[in-house]
Amino acid sequence: MKKILIPALLAASPTMSGEIWVTNEHDDTVSVIDTETYEVTRTIEVGERPRGITFSKDYSVVYICASDSDTVQVVDPNTGEILHDLPSGEDPEQFALHPDNRHLYIANEDDAIATVVDVETRKVIAQIDVGIEPEGMAISPDGTIAITTSETTNMAHWINTETHELFANTLVDSRPRHAEFTHDGSQLWVSSEIGGTVTVFNVADQSEIAKVRFEITGVHPDNIQPVGFEFTEDGETVFVTLGPSNHVATINAKTFEVEDYILVGRRVWHMAFNDNNTELYTTNGVSGDVTVIDVASRTPIRTIKVGRFPWGAAFRPTE
Amino acid sequence: MKTVTRTFCGLFALCLAAPVVAETVVNIAYLRQEIDRPPVLSNLDAVPEDEGIAGAFVGLEDNITTGKFLGQIFMLDIRSVPVGGDLVAAANEILASTDIILIDAPSADMTQIADLEAAKDTLFFNVSNYDNALRDEGCRANLLHTLPSYAMRSDALMQLLQSRRWTDLVMVSGTHEPDIAFANALRRSATKFGLRIRDEKEWVFDANMRRAASAEVPLFTQDFPNHDVMLVADETGDFARYLLFNTWEPVLLAGSEGAQPVAWSPVMEQWGGVQLQNRFEEYAGRSMRSVDYAAFAAIRAIGEAVTRTGSDDASVLRDYILSPEFELGAFKGRPLSFRDWDGQMRQPIPVVHAHAVIAVPPMDGFLHPVNELDTLGIDKPESRCSAFTE
Repeated sequence: MKKILIPALLAASPTMSGEIWVTNEHDDTVSVIDTETYEVTRTIEVGERPRGITFSKDYSVVYICASDSDTVQVVDPNTGEILHDLPSGEDPEQFALHPDNRHLYIANEDDAIATVVDVETRKVIAQIDVGIEPEGMAISPDGTIAITTSETTNMAHWINTETHELFANTLVDSRPRHAEFTHDGSQLWVSSEIGGTVTVFNVADQSEIAKVRFEITGVHPDNIQPVGFEFTEDGETVFVTLGPSNHVATINAKTFEVEDYILVGRRVWHMAFNDNNTELYTTNGVSGDVTVIDVASRTPIRTIKVGRFPWGAAFRPTE
Repeated sequence: MKTVTRTFCGLFALCLAAPVVAETVVNIAYLRQEIDRPPVLSNLDAVPEDEGIAGAFVGLEDNITTGKFLGQIFMLDIRSVPVGGDLVAAANEILASTDIILIDAPSADMTQIADLEAAKDTLFFNVSNYDNALRDEGCRANLLHTLPSYAMRSDALMQLLQSRRWTDLVMVSGTHEPDIAFANALRRSATKFGLRIRDEKEWVFDANMRRAASAEVPLFTQDFPNHDVMLVADETGDFARYLLFNTWEPVLLAGSEGAQPVAWSPVMEQWGGVQLQNRFEEYAGRSMRSVDYAAFAAIRAIGEAVTRTGSDDASVLRDYILSPEFELGAFKGRPLSFRDWDGQMRQPIPVVHAHAVIAVPPMDGFLHPVNELDTLGIDKPESRCSAFTE
């Protein structure tokens, strides 16, 4: 195993440079990690309780949910300067940027609402009633469907992005946290933190295709709590963070079988890949650090200290 | 290591298109017997009038929001019977229109209502009473409990003290019925987890301790043998606050003062607790208490069962709630479920002080062959409850 891996690592290491941006929920800062040196190069002060983070499609700005400031902040990634705030509704937690690079779909956790904001005019163009404590947000690759998951109602709400109306509500296990479409848009995956499962839906008819469960030797099932997940570029593998079990699982996206469990820091939340998908950065809430996973060998290779309670993560290329 | 199941769009994968037509109406009642509370030395923390009821309404709002996507409507009817009022008559009246009832009453009243002929097929949730007997020899098959028992609270505290290696204890207890019950639970838990209560005293003073505490408590506690922690059983909130910093030795307090094992506290902010606290405060204008949490959890358990079964039939809901399939996410970091041998809701028991959570037992290392949450309270092999197996 190792004989094959080491050359692979060496070949992969001189990659294009880039940065991983990590929101520190209890420090009101963003830590910027250089993916070449694994060093925190900048710590940027933002609004209160920053959680969701995403870059515009051209990486010209970065959007940050400052939950307790009740706003989405727009930051210049080169200078770290806060350019302006967007109206976001109360307590924005997560969001997703529409493929049109213009409409931001925001989950308002305290208000049971999803807010759609036009980032150019900086105006709210729709607010949609959803379940209690909406959190996860996803938009289909073709931009026609937005999903929000509600933590207490335990549903994925399917929103038509043309009409901004719900056209389906599908039940999942307790406390859904995150949703993602597959790259081809044919499936929707939803993680349930307390239920301990990931549910896969067929997008065409919103039917359930599979439910993935996890099992780690020596960890009580109640502590295996799936939250964030990411698809590899080839769409064949899904990496899932498992919260207080301190592990990341890999799922075969074709067979829905769990293949590996990777030990990371404590209470792992979300993740971001580097530029060429060779490394995955996980935010570890309790231990206040980021674990770097080598994607090919599925092993943790580094730990980087960031701020208190790192939560969201996003990548941007710097060349 | 690797498990996967596949299911298809069926009853539970609801593939509905909005708008939805209401089909299921779930009527829930909240029945309360008001009681005379004994006088306490300080009224700093009076019990709110709407304790429990406010929690039920916050849970109801959550159910209503969920229900609107599924065509399910939830209604809540409040009946509060004054001291000396006719609880049985009130119960019979509401039993005519609903068979799901949250009940807030002393033990004898609670079992009397559960035993009514008209209540045979009714599903009750005890939201206010910690009495071990209601889950043990005095259990009823139609009475579930979302509030933890005294035994669950005392077990949680002893797990914490044992994991800190503070095993030499003394205890001061009051003379009211709940004080005696909690003190009994603390003794049982000390034995269960191998801690030693080296001496005990009863609080029988009737002086006004707001003036005399500093003078009397040092003497009262002077002849206790060496101890790590002083337990205090003062469930009505009478004298415990005056022990703090007035003891002969510089000692930690636990139980009804100091480190307190509770169902809920305003200091709970993990696992989405902040969101629940925000909703509660917006509704009630005060912070959430243990009985509020129990009422909230009961309503949410009903909502979860209705959502998953699509039924409003009390016996269908009861079967589902007691089944291994049931799980409730309720801001304690783990799925909550119900013990099928006594109807008690399994739950972590936070041990808190006024400003922070100290720990949330079950503590690491307290193992159980089935579910670590069952290290808290009366476990199946020791249970004297037979109503659930008959």
